[in-house]
Amino acid sequence: MFFTYLWRELRRRARQAIFIAIGLALGIGLVITVTAAASGVKNAQASVLHSLYGVGTDITVTKAPTAGSGGPQSFGFGLNTGTASRPAAGTKIDTESLRGTGLGTISSTSVTTVASTKDVAAAAGGLELTDTKITGTIPAINSSGGSGGGFGGGEGGGSSGSGGQSFRSSFTPTTFTVDGVDITNGELGPLSTSKLSSGATFTSADTTAHVALVDSDYATSNKIKVGNKVTIDKTSFTVIGIVTAPSGDTPPDYYIPLTVAQTLASMKNDVNEIYVTATNGQDITTVASAITKAVPGTTVTDQDSLASQVTGSISSAASLANNLGKWLAIAVLIAAFLLASLLTMSAVSRRIREFGTLKALGWKSRRVVFQVMGESIAIGIVGGVIGVGLGFLGAAAVGKFAPPLTASLTSGTTGTATPGGARSFGGGGGFGGGGGGGGFTGGFNQAASNAASTVTEHLTAPVTIAAVLAAVVLAVLGGLIAGSFGGWRAARLRPAAALSKVA
Amino acid sequence: MYKLTDVKKDYAKGRGTVHALQGVDLEIADGEWMAIQGPTGHGKSTLLQILGGLDRATSGSVLLDETDLTRLGEGSMTKVRATTIGFIFQTFNLIPTLSAQENVETALVPLGVSAQSRKARSAEALASVGLSDRARHLPTELSGGQQQRVAIARALVKEPKVLLADEPTGNLDEDTRDEIIALLEKLWQDKGLSMVMVTHDTAVARRAQRLGTMRNGKLTVKQKVV
Repeated sequence: MFFTYLWRELRRRARQAIFIAIGLALGIGLVITVTAAASGVKNAQASVLHSLYGVGTDITVTKAPTAGSGGPQSFGFGLNTGTASRPAAGTKIDTESLRGTGLGTISSTSVTTVASTKDVAAAAGGLELTDTKITGTIPAINSSGGSGGGFGGGEGGGSSGSGGQSFRSSFTPTTFTVDGVDITNGELGPLSTSKLSSGATFTSADTTAHVALVDSDYATSNKIKVGNKVTIDKTSFTVIGIVTAPSGDTPPDYYIPLTVAQTLASMKNDVNEIYVTATNGQDITTVASAITKAVPGTTVTDQDSLASQVTGSISSAASLANNLGKWLAIAVLIAAFLLASLLTMSAVSRRIREFGTLKALGWKSRRVVFQVMGESIAIGIVGGVIGVGLGFLGAAAVGKFAPPLTASLTSGTTGTATPGGARSFGGGGGFGGGGGGGGFTGGFNQAASNAASTVTEHLTAPVTIAAVLAAVVLAVLGGLIAGSFGGWRAARLRPAAALSKVA
Repeated sequence: MYKLTDVKKDYAKGRGTVHALQGVDLEIADGEWMAIQGPTGHGKSTLLQILGGLDRATSGSVLLDETDLTRLGEGSMTKVRATTIGFIFQTFNLIPTLSAQENVETALVPLGVSAQSRKARSAEALASVGLSDRARHLPTELSGGQQQRVAIARALVKEPKVLLADEPTGNLDEDTRDEIIALLEKLWQDKGLSMVMVTHDTAVARRAQRLGTMRNGKLTVKQKVV
């Protein structure tokens, strides 16, 4: 009887039922679309952060460089000819240097300290290095100024000599980047985002071996294949594998074992980045805070703080989905619920005689209320089904028509070293000629140095089971709310009053 | 069956109070048919609603088989309506979306009768009012007389002790009226019901065993019909 009565009643006022259902469907469809879009933006953000940060890494620890730091600065121009202060014209220059990038050095013991911090699952040190090679010939310089030229060095310290003649064009600088990888914690660190394209990756036996993995883009442009020999800081390495970094990432050109990197860069027992995984993804902020206390003077970055540095359309989309979209969906949903409630109450008002009769026949108020609520919930479920359909359509439309999202992560300009971001080789070798001596402005800046690292992501709007379930719950809730109002009105009816009102 | 003692019913209307019943005393025996007449607005329907447990007296007592309806809770009152009292209304009050048979079944729903038994009993009730061939019809597909027959079947399907009818022929033409009254009379006799019928129609009232008149909230039993 319940379902027969329910179905017949819904059929009788089909137009109103459809109207209510469509109202609920619009609200629910909007909620699903916004949820899906927000989820898509979140996925895009996660993808961006993984590209910029590293899969499995929750926190990175870096240190801002201090003045004069950055490892040995001399290019080692052999000063065997000419004056003691300046090589003679015609001197062949062929020098190579492997040194830290714009990150300050951190003692390897800090890795152990971080690893033993509460709620830290694992910690791995890394070394980001730049190999700079300069070849050329010292040109003849017509010096009219003061005497002597100097080779200066120091991070950020090079300045050009005044009045001197620039001979920058006589030298050919080449640079590439090298990351020292902690092989014992291979799942953490710079290799975590990359996939092996060919060859093999490091094994525990490679800790001190002169073996290297090469980034696929760099390998392609330099025609490097597995098994080739390459030279890093005048040391021969065997390429054992080619790895591909995710789109948008700015990977190093080479990966070598950390111990070997430390030796070559004369940075034994030093790293310039620590990759950390927390035991519990919910406690990242607490862990980050504990690490800051455990290793003072470092910059501890977690994904939240990294996310806050991400700018671009992905940030706008996140803001749009989280603010405007969410509130719009809530507003439409509330409007739909109100509409459903008002129309249900109106329908109950029109059926006062009917309910009065049923009560006169001995129907309990509860049964009458269930009947009213049942009708409302049925409308809610129909609205929910239509709403889920609309939600899928909306999500598909978002995926199809939404423009690609861009994310930019600026770094390196404030002294805060951002992991995996721009790598700088700022203020390189100053070759300051004194008093009219020859000089050139150093600074072999890597392309990405001190610039924004930009990633483009296509927005997808995945509709999750949870979102569909939430929609069903919302639909039933909408029906319950509407039915509660209607049922409350029906329950309050006294049979005599109900019958006399229309008799 | 019924014993009413000094029953009063007051309604608040605007700022004033309407004294719908002003001390009604009445006894109705088992199996008795009583008709109540009177001008509109003088308390006939109010008295019927109090007899049927659809409304509560402001004061006095309403005994139905020793049970004082004025003291019953809502649940117990609902149960009394479901089991003991059958109603027939002037406007039939059928559920418009349900068929004749389903309308009859609605009276069995509160009794927890199984669906199968409901169908059988409602079919039987419809047969007793001569509407077996209209069981699947909606109220809108039936004439006024047929609708009232369905309402009678609905009132009697649960085999109540009392049948309360409020102007059962008020919306019917003369021929149909006679047909319905004849049917009610037959069912009253066959089933041994107590029947209280409010009516404006003197011809109908005269067929009852007793005739009461309501005027200004007071009931006067004028004559005994033999």
